Amino acid sequence: MSSIRTRLFIILIAATTCIWLFATAWIYFDTKRQLQHVLDTRLMEAARMVGSLVTSGEIALSARADQVSASIPLPEPTHVGYERQLSCQIWSFDGRLIGRSSGAPEAALSNETSGFSEQEVGGEPWRVYAFADRDRGIRVLVGDRLGLRDRLVTDLVRGLVLPAIVVVPLLAFLIWASVGSGLQPLRRLTQGLKARGPEDLSPVSVGHPPSEIRPVVEALNSLFGKVAAAREHERSFTAFAAHELRTPLAGLRTQVQVALAAKDAEIREGAMRQTLLAVDRTSRLVRQLLAMSELDAVPDEGEPQDIVVGRAIEDIAASLRTSHTDVAVEIDPALHHTTIRMNRELFHLAVRNLHENAVQHSPAGGRVRWFFDGSASPPVIAVEDEGPGIPEDEIGQVTDRFFRGRHRSAVGSGLGLAIVDAALKRAKASFVLRNRQDRCGLRAGFGLATADIPVGQVQHK
Amino acid sequence: MRILVVEDDAVLLDGLKVGLGIHGFTVDAVASCGDARAALATAEFDAIVLDLMLPDGSGLDILRELRRRQDATPILLLTAKDTVADRIGGLDTGADDYLGKPFDLDEVAARLRAISRRAAGRASPVLAWNGIELDPGRRTVEIDGKPVGLSRREFSILEALMRHPGAVLSKDQLADRLYGWEEDVESNAVEVHVHHLRVKIGRDAIETVRGLGYRLRSA
Repeated sequence: MSSIRTRLFIILIAATTCIWLFATAWIYFDTKRQLQHVLDTRLMEAARMVGSLVTSGEIALSARADQVSASIPLPEPTHVGYERQLSCQIWSFDGRLIGRSSGAPEAALSNETSGFSEQEVGGEPWRVYAFADRDRGIRVLVGDRLGLRDRLVTDLVRGLVLPAIVVVPLLAFLIWASVGSGLQPLRRLTQGLKARGPEDLSPVSVGHPPSEIRPVVEALNSLFGKVAAAREHERSFTAFAAHELRTPLAGLRTQVQVALAAKDAEIREGAMRQTLLAVDRTSRLVRQLLAMSELDAVPDEGEPQDIVVGRAIEDIAASLRTSHTDVAVEIDPALHHTTIRMNRELFHLAVRNLHENAVQHSPAGGRVRWFFDGSASPPVIAVEDEGPGIPEDEIGQVTDRFFRGRHRSAVGSGLGLAIVDAALKRAKASFVLRNRQDRCGLRAGFGLATADIPVGQVQHK
Repeated sequence: MRILVVEDDAVLLDGLKVGLGIHGFTVDAVASCGDARAALATAEFDAIVLDLMLPDGSGLDILRELRRRQDATPILLLTAKDTVADRIGGLDTGADDYLGKPFDLDEVAARLRAISRRAAGRASPVLAWNGIELDPGRRTVEIDGKPVGLSRREFSILEALMRHPGAVLSKDQLADRLYGWEEDVESNAVEVHVHHLRVKIGRDAIETVRGLGYRLRSA
């Protein structure tokens, strides 16, 4: 029973039928009881009436038992099947049948002197009331057939059940139709969802959804909203990435064309050197784009590991060392005794980009220094360079993707600090970024919540 | 032809400077809006190559400022943003042409020649004066159908004079067109080049207007 409509229909029809049956049974039994009472009272009254008529002499009684017929007038039967409901006999105390109504049996209806009794007469059960008039020495018996009583009740109940049998299919149709129209908003929702294309992430509109469906519609719309936002983010990132790649590619192409066209060896060599620079920059940009999209795409970054900070930074710095930089890299010895708990990939991404950033913005012969600041809360691992720093009004923006401030380096992409920021957010570390106080330059690093540093392993010389 | 290139990417700027130089342009290169404004305030250019996204603003601002003061210098926009909407926006702001990155260096040179030709109201790409025909694209000079070999400087002087037939160009104006402002120019360099040019195309072709400069002798 997967269809709500079918299920509701069956439940409603079954419930209606049960209630109807129950009500019918109730009416049957109650009516039967009431009817007994009413008919008994009628028997009693009829007997008394006959008795009083006999007493007043308005009914002449025959002395002979066989001369009874038509002595008591009864109303003309109006309902076929219900005529001759009552039968009346008048007996003398000595056991002679003095009079009887037409159609009444000749056998005594009751042996009782007075009161109610039930008796089999002529193969039929009868209910009889006996009334004795001692002054006149007669006994009036008035009775009716129990079979007739039962038929009365049965007819009554049939009168109830027959319309029900006609009405139930009608009711079934109404239930089916109204359940269907009640489920209309749901069907509209389904059709709307089915009809939309994979690109369509607009909110679902179902007019005024009923309160039962509204949460579903709202949940759907909120989901659509989230998916659309993620899509948009991805799209703008891709657009930005394509855009950012165009300039270095244009530079590359131009330089290669210059190299090809140049007749002068010096110009050709210059173009080649520029080409090399452009290739370096472009490959770095591509690497950063990959890192960024990886940070975006992979939801789980794995378990944090213990990292000896000094050695890790040394390795990263060594891997980034190129022949055409003359920037001195210094690593605080305290870092060699500092172990942190952090995901290795994220640590690598953050440190690598911080280091690259520092080296790129350093002037020729500048110094880049990694150090540990245990006095800060939380403790900070940071790098300082001797570059131009970041204009104060741009500090808030440098973690935006593709933002390149006024103090841009020749090879910057505007992604480095954005990657650091994203990686640190993932690692639940805080990004510390400010201009140096002692001289121009930038201090960039990360603060680790103390929970990430194993107790007793942080030593600061 | 002296042109100004405004582009913030160092490698691309260098490539354009050297590459357009090879194509016979005299190139002044700047990397920001501020430098571009300074350059435009001090010198005249035959055309401008303008990047849109600059560190201190948008190239469109420069474009707007130029057009507002009725400066009709031909401008070629060079940008990574090259959706149809971007192109329309750029052209409607007053640019003469639009080229998306990455581009072909030869095409940049050709478009620069085209927009400066249109700006001068010439129909033919070949400059002609009294039997001298100069083709800026192929960089050839013919006199009465016979090719004449000119050095880069000589070619530039002749091109400048033929672009303004009958007008007098001062030595300084010619020096600007030859060297831009980055090169040291010997005080008599222009005179030396004009002298060599006269030897190759005929003594009477270029007339000295005493105290003012040079012009092409009218027929």
